[in-house]
Amino acid sequence: MISQFFILSSKGDPLIYKDFRGDSGGRDVAELFYRKLTGLPGDESPVVMHHDGRHFIHIRHSGLYLVVTTSENVSPFSLLELLSRLATLLGDYCGSLGEGTISRNVALVYELLDEVLDYGYVQTTSTEMLRNFIQTEAVVSKPFSLFDLSSVGLFGAETQQSKVAPSSAASRPVLSSRSDQSQKNEVFLDVVERLSVLIASNGSLLKVDVQGEIRLKSFLPSGSEMRIGLTEEFCVGKSELRGYGPGIRVDEVSFHSSVNLDEFESHRILRLQPPQGELTVMRYQLSDDLPSPLPFRLFPSVQWDRGSGRQALNVRLHLPLPRGVVSLSQELSSPEQKAELAEGALRWDLPRVQGGSQLSAPLLPPSFNGPPSHGLSTSAPPLGLGPASLSFELPRHTCSGLQVRFLRLAFRPCGNANPHKWVRHLSHSDAYVIRI
Amino acid sequence: MPYLGSEDVVKELKKALCNPHIQGDRLRYRNVIQRVIRMSKLDQWGQAEVLNFLLRYQPRSEEELFDILNLLDSFLKSSSPGVVMGATKLFLILAKKFPHVQTDVLVRVKGPLLAACSSESRELCFVALCHVRQILHSLPGHFSSHYKKFFCSYSEPHYIKLQKVEVLCELVNDENVQQVLEELRGYCTDVSADFAQAAIFAIGGIARTYTDQCVQILTELLGLRQEHITTVVVQTFRDLVWLCPQCTEAVCQALPGCEENIQDSEGKQALIWLLGVHGERIPNAPYVLEDFVENVKSETFPAVKMELLTALLRLFLSRPAECQDMLGRLLYYCIEEEKDMAVRDRGLFYYRLLLVGIDEVKRILCSPKSDPTLGLLEDPAERPVNSWASDFNTLVPVYGKAHWATISKCQGAERCGPELPKTSSFAASGPLIPEDNKEREQEFPDSGALMLVPNRQLTAEYFEKTWLSLKVAHQQVLPWRGEFHPDTLQMALQVVNIQTIAMSRAGTRPWKAYLSAQDDTGCLFLIELLLEPENSEMQISVKQNEARTETLNSFISVLETVIGTIEEIKS
Repeated sequence: MISQFFILSSKGDPLIYKDFRGDSGGRDVAELFYRKLTGLPGDESPVVMHHDGRHFIHIRHSGLYLVVTTSENVSPFSLLELLSRLATLLGDYCGSLGEGTISRNVALVYELLDEVLDYGYVQTTSTEMLRNFIQTEAVVSKPFSLFDLSSVGLFGAETQQSKVAPSSAASRPVLSSRSDQSQKNEVFLDVVERLSVLIASNGSLLKVDVQGEIRLKSFLPSGSEMRIGLTEEFCVGKSELRGYGPGIRVDEVSFHSSVNLDEFESHRILRLQPPQGELTVMRYQLSDDLPSPLPFRLFPSVQWDRGSGRQALNVRLHLPLPRGVVSLSQELSSPEQKAELAEGALRWDLPRVQGGSQLSAPLLPPSFNGPPSHGLSTSAPPLGLGPASLSFELPRHTCSGLQVRFLRLAFRPCGNANPHKWVRHLSHSDAYVIRI
Repeated sequence: MPYLGSEDVVKELKKALCNPHIQGDRLRYRNVIQRVIRMSKLDQWGQAEVLNFLLRYQPRSEEELFDILNLLDSFLKSSSPGVVMGATKLFLILAKKFPHVQTDVLVRVKGPLLAACSSESRELCFVALCHVRQILHSLPGHFSSHYKKFFCSYSEPHYIKLQKVEVLCELVNDENVQQVLEELRGYCTDVSADFAQAAIFAIGGIARTYTDQCVQILTELLGLRQEHITTVVVQTFRDLVWLCPQCTEAVCQALPGCEENIQDSEGKQALIWLLGVHGERIPNAPYVLEDFVENVKSETFPAVKMELLTALLRLFLSRPAECQDMLGRLLYYCIEEEKDMAVRDRGLFYYRLLLVGIDEVKRILCSPKSDPTLGLLEDPAERPVNSWASDFNTLVPVYGKAHWATISKCQGAERCGPELPKTSSFAASGPLIPEDNKEREQEFPDSGALMLVPNRQLTAEYFEKTWLSLKVAHQQVLPWRGEFHPDTLQMALQVVNIQTIAMSRAGTRPWKAYLSAQDDTGCLFLIELLLEPENSEMQISVKQNEARTETLNSFISVLETVIGTIEEIKS
């Protein structure tokens, strides 16, 4: 099915190359791919390309290109799924997926590829089966310094508990064959939501979409049974009703195939025996009916509408400006904020915003040399004053209201202390656009 | 061998597929299939493989079909997109005689597809969007209530935005047209010129059904006086006026003033065409054209000059006094000073036409009034699901039909003989039920041990000489229905290395073709195909220069298969 697989860095340097069937050209196919990719006209999609009897399908992950070639007419969904799964596997084995980690662990990567794909056919991608075959150890760079901030997608960041120990779980390989007894047995559960919002110029809400995932990263020995309890009033679909009051509703839900749903109907408990590594337990979507009000509104000052005591991190406002805006004068309320004009747009960075606050930055473009626009009413915004897009993270908050009530483990590894459990809820913006 | 979960699974499957006795006994075969389907212990890759194998199975009765569909039901809810799409494709193909079942499956797969369209992975998003477009060709109203999911977001890459705009254009209906148009209008003023133009073309597409609102939006856009917007709007107007003549009035009112903002070739051509055809309703049409005529020497695009000639002549017919002088100047320039031959020829042609007389000119040149019923002809008919069901979940929707056709043409020419499909190792023992013509065609060269040499073209004289000297070795009649395209037949024969010496044009009766092929041992085959006007059958005569019966028989089967396949495809 698959003829070749290779990994390129973001600049096109081949890091890994493996030929499974020997029926296509040699290593120069990687260069060919990169040249074709960079030479592609803007409106053609680079996802699937064709050259000389071969199809190239790739994904971009952490700045790397993972590419497969095939000469058959295969299902694109399967191939993309395979590539994503390979990316996750490599991340699990090497700690994280990046140019550095791959170059340090070339032997491990080739061994993995040998086991996962045989003559171009997928044998297995299950970490359970692979554990028995992989012998090489991962080479890890020095662990994080204590002052490194986390970002979305990494596990084990700040927690509510008193022991603030940023564990190096972000970069620690999950699946080492020689399990170190002194290593902490930990399990991290993240409820991550992506918020996609479109607000019209008159303030009305055009579109709101929440895509949520419950992700699990487990360092526990496999086979330990785990029970995850979700909010009891959690309803699926528009017609279900549970508990009293509006409850928490999502439109659709899908689970990983290994999750046992016996108790889901009655008590909203998920049971599973996760393998080591990363796993997406549950995916859900919600659109159009958010139970809580939207986090941000633009008036034209930015106001955040959330109870005090909460915080938003790394808020960044991007506002394209009309041509001719040369400079701006600004008065910002705190020194850590930054506002600058770059590439015809305004970028306003606010590292931390308190809940319930209203921030304004009167930005007056003094010299506005835009073309006179006759025919338009004076109250309409000048052409080029584009939609404002916000990107932010909201820790400890889920837009749908879904919360994990408990995470219980049935298995206690003998001799060790209780495994640590970290549960985190997080919302971040996918595309938050406010039209002016 | 694909990993299917355990040794006994593999054994069972092999047993079922290789044993001709099991194939003959319908009940046992069905049980084996059911056992395979119940293998829930397979991981997602194994499931996808099994679903792929089952595509070749043809259930013999309706009951069997629905049994299998019920068993496959759970695969539609899988968390792996590959499995869900594979199951959907299998449903669509198995249920090809039951359109309501197909529609039902497409309704059930809406959820997973929409989830994939909003996925974090851009590549998955793109592939899902291509499949959504595929479905919309047959069921235009399918996603109409979910139009909001296809609104473009600021950070998306360009190719995804383009796909989403196309989808928005195709899922418009009475309830959502207002919001969709507003959203598209927002995109028209986007920073990226390409995207803005794509949005404007999309509005043009919607305008065929919702003309008034769209024309109003497009007119407003003209007021912005932005070059890249104006040129595309004028092109859209030109296309629209032809299909929806009721909007001509509104368009004519909007046009004055655009000429200052158009600099590119396409836009100018569109504007000039509109001025020529509908110039009588536009007061300052002659003066705009006069501007163009004044600057014709510095005009770089020959297409614009050609359009200018035609338009000015048309306008001359309706407003002669204003145009006569500049028409003269233009013709003089085109004939005497123009270097591009096409423009010069056209100028000369019009000049000579004018010399014949004004009535002749009117008769020839006045464009036929556009017919509102043309709009219906232009709309692509809803294609039945079966026309694309076999392309679902493959790379075909991702490339698009046109691109795929060019790719497969290149691939077909390169191969020097049909190959066994490498994917299935069971193919050597025969397909699941031997009803699939394609499979048979691909296997025959192996079974008959007949190797045809590629690219061994004979000259016409040699063919004729040899033909006349040999006696007919084999004659046969094949049933034939209706019209076909000789090129398709020629290409198909090329694939199996049968060369065409001569072939009549399509539609002539009696239709004849002369073919030749050569064996690797040097044995030459000469074939005549004859299609009589009144018969519904094709007569095949084969001559062989060495008398060898087995090779002759193998060759006949190859030929039969190819012709049979063409018959299948076109019917």
